[in-house]
Amino acid sequence: MSILDRKLRRDLGHLATQAVAIGMVMASGIAMYTMALYALHSLQTSQTNYYQKYRFANIFCNAVRIPADLMPRIQAIPGVSAIDQRVVFAALLDMPNMAEPVAARLISWPDSGKPRLNDLFLADGRWLDSERSDEVLASHSFVAAHGLKLDDHLEFVINGRKRRLQIVGVVYSPEYIVQIQPGSLLPDYKRFGVFWMSHRHLSAAVDMQGAVNDVTLTLERGATEAAVIEAVDELLAPYGGTGAYGREHHVSHRFLEDEIKQLTIMAWVSPTIFLLVAAFLLNVMVGRVVALQREQIAVLKACGYYDWQIGVHYLKLALLIAVGGAGLGLLFGYWLGQNTTRMYAEVYRFPVQQGSLTGTIVWGSLLISIGSAVIGTWRSIAAVISLPPADAMRPATPSNFSTSWVERIGLRWLLPQIIRMLLRQIQRQPIKSLSTVFGMAMALAIMILGSFSLDAIRYLIWFQFDYAQRQDITVVFNQVTEHDVISELKSLPGVSEVQTFRAIPMTVRHQHASRKISVMALGDEAPLYRLVNIKEQIVPTPPEGLVLSDKLAKILGADLGDHVQLTALEGTRRSAEIEVVRIITEYGGLNAYVSPQVLARWSHLPRTCSGAHLRIDSATTTEVYHRLKNMPQVASVNLKGAAMRSFEESFAANILTMRLFNIIFTVIIAFGVVYNHARISFAEQSRDLATLRVLGFTNGEVTSILLGELAILTVAALLPGCLIGWGLAAMLVWGMDTELYRIPMVIEPATYWFAMFVVVVAAFLSGLVMLRKIWALDMVSVLKARE
Amino acid sequence: MGDVVVRALKGVDVALYPGEFVVLLGPSGSGKSTLLNILGGLDQPTSGQVFYRDQELTTWNQRQLTQFRREHVGFIFQFYNLVPSLTAYENVALVTELASRSMSPLEALKMVALEPRRDHFPAQLSGGEQQRVAIARAIAKRPAILLCDEPTGALDLATGVLVLEAIEQVNRELGTTTVVITHNAVIAGMADRVIKMSDGKIAEVEQNAMRLRPREMRW
Repeated sequence: MSILDRKLRRDLGHLATQAVAIGMVMASGIAMYTMALYALHSLQTSQTNYYQKYRFANIFCNAVRIPADLMPRIQAIPGVSAIDQRVVFAALLDMPNMAEPVAARLISWPDSGKPRLNDLFLADGRWLDSERSDEVLASHSFVAAHGLKLDDHLEFVINGRKRRLQIVGVVYSPEYIVQIQPGSLLPDYKRFGVFWMSHRHLSAAVDMQGAVNDVTLTLERGATEAAVIEAVDELLAPYGGTGAYGREHHVSHRFLEDEIKQLTIMAWVSPTIFLLVAAFLLNVMVGRVVALQREQIAVLKACGYYDWQIGVHYLKLALLIAVGGAGLGLLFGYWLGQNTTRMYAEVYRFPVQQGSLTGTIVWGSLLISIGSAVIGTWRSIAAVISLPPADAMRPATPSNFSTSWVERIGLRWLLPQIIRMLLRQIQRQPIKSLSTVFGMAMALAIMILGSFSLDAIRYLIWFQFDYAQRQDITVVFNQVTEHDVISELKSLPGVSEVQTFRAIPMTVRHQHASRKISVMALGDEAPLYRLVNIKEQIVPTPPEGLVLSDKLAKILGADLGDHVQLTALEGTRRSAEIEVVRIITEYGGLNAYVSPQVLARWSHLPRTCSGAHLRIDSATTTEVYHRLKNMPQVASVNLKGAAMRSFEESFAANILTMRLFNIIFTVIIAFGVVYNHARISFAEQSRDLATLRVLGFTNGEVTSILLGELAILTVAALLPGCLIGWGLAAMLVWGMDTELYRIPMVIEPATYWFAMFVVVVAAFLSGLVMLRKIWALDMVSVLKARE
Repeated sequence: MGDVVVRALKGVDVALYPGEFVVLLGPSGSGKSTLLNILGGLDQPTSGQVFYRDQELTTWNQRQLTQFRREHVGFIFQFYNLVPSLTAYENVALVTELASRSMSPLEALKMVALEPRRDHFPAQLSGGEQQRVAIARAIAKRPAILLCDEPTGALDLATGVLVLEAIEQVNRELGTTTVVITHNAVIAGMADRVIKMSDGKIAEVEQNAMRLRPREMRW
């Protein structure tokens, strides 16, 4: 080890606490980066491999009934590579441990061989025996959520008839990596299950012999998805096709892609903040070391060390801290990444979840930590290199103080001497003071950014499920039903209010933008499902015109007064131009609403409904559920917000863990920033402080000069920190704004207060650590030592 | 203040000879330190020429000047300027690692009688001891020139004498051309030649018939 390196080692030992504080900030940044990239890499690799190996389709289409002889014509569409046909049917499931009916989706499975697309991974048990009519394959997520075993029997209600089916295999499907019930925003593995049943037996059970109602296909390389979709739609239109869609509108795929998008944002935003703060801290620390060692630098130069050798010597100081931090961060990030991946495995079901610490992550971490160290210290290093040795031999010019602006605006005589001193101290080194304020503000912002999502989810639940929707359950019929079904529903015991609705799949088009959505005609029987605008005001369904959700309006570029074209994807397939008369706020999906009158006039058909919202007396819930399970026309029963609530519950623990990490990260930054500032201020002022002590100032008075400075800087960081936190949260909300769901931009005052509390406590703690040093100040030796 | 040009040195013409002991005498601000810095390649004059042997220092770039200092010049400063985080031995080794013809750090410490304190840090040494470590550091590379800027300025008399003895010994035993800056006229007795400076100029040059040992001088 060269002598300079030995000096480096001792210098580092001397700066140990500061170095650790900065290294921890660096480590936090690298940990976040590693964690996000690890999880990202794991999700992406698992997804890609899964899709490829199990032949996940590119295009998905449903129709009422597609005759088998249509298949060659679909296959013949230019650009289509492979097609697969099947029967998909919604059923109810009566689980003994749950009062409410569970929604099930039954999918037909070829009687011999494997399907051409959307193959399954058999995790347990065996494939179906096509000779037997009572066997199903069950999705792993459902089996796990209910603690089911192979050979367990389940009670289904298929097409109004009860069927007892046995689980013979547990499977994973690339189509249901995330399993979300139609009409729901989030996965709920207890209340929605996917099952595969022999094609022959399922067709028979749902009267689909000789036909199918679902076609999926893959594209040839270079084929245009939109063109194929158009051709498929044209072919399927006469058979009740509801519009083909690509992967980007496939719920499971979309959900996974959104998570990937979110992780990508996370991989950059948080680490950038940490590394910026670390760079600032290194800047201040190395700047101070260089100033303090001015004469040593001169001696080294006089002795014949090259400028670059000395520059490298000080750069090494920063690099050691950075690389040490990066190493620690990598380890911690790896651990966090593994845990995050494990957490993901509860939602995203892959047969094999891959994950590894790739070279890219490791080298990337090292590179960005080195980069931030170099950026943080280049100013000081450049000063070291250009310092003329003869200049350095002379002591540095005394610090240049001036009266602070607070004093200059006339408050001078109001301020006690000590306050004046500390104000001047802050103002004398604006960069150091600003760095500290910036660092603290960032600590606060990180805290807000990390905790606001809980506020947002809670607000969303309140807005969507407590305020806008007042029903308890939503019943969906397996086919369009006469409106008089309302009397049957009303007669159920304990049902107090019923509001029917009719959902029609439609293409909505405005100028060049179009989407396939469900247009909802809300019945006027009872105001259960209410439309709400951005100001949280209830918007009654207008008798004329169309109501658009804000996201849909934005996508279509349609504003109030614009006319949009609606084309029904069922029945007569009529088109009409309708004026947009209201725009409402919704956080999930893309929706449009009309009054039943508008729909009736337009379709020339008697009033029908596809489902109903029910408000029920909690005492009779079980009875209502029981009766619904036995109504042949009921396809599914959605408990309002159940998915959201179960999601919140199952993630409450994770959210708490994340919050804990968040607090740790915030404390690391805040503590590091304040401690760094305090150490340097103390070193710079120890002579003055000792002089004051000699002059008769008490320990408390001397302490207040140093800690007062920290207090002022901490308070100064609070407002900018809240603003930056708000800005980052808004950025995240903007980044996560998808067609599937949006996050409301809501940060509760309590979140701000708590974040400020954490930052102030961290600052206070580092103040306490400094207090010990101040009180141990040896006046005599400090005054004797030459600066 | 930036517009006022201060000329530290004006028309200085001086030659130093191998093995010579020169004392630069003069009050503060007379230009002694500037001259020393220029001689040692720490500073460049705005005009004029400086030669070392046959080479013109004034045409050299920073890198060449560094190389020159590394191989040929030893510096001793008023405030010792030891690296506080390195022991006595390591402070000397700082230089011996660089130069090609250097003696071992231990040898250098022996010359200033500090070998027993080799593992002490500067803060554990007295002022005189620190300055002797600085001397060991300066001479360890066997420099052709030893430049001392007020080497006893911060020391009491007895310690100062010890330090001067060490410098004198180096000059005698290694034949190092030695320049000592001082404003203490008594030290002039040690020199072969005394150059008196005032106001940036050489005011007077005196040749001593006989060099005195530091102990023999009347303080």
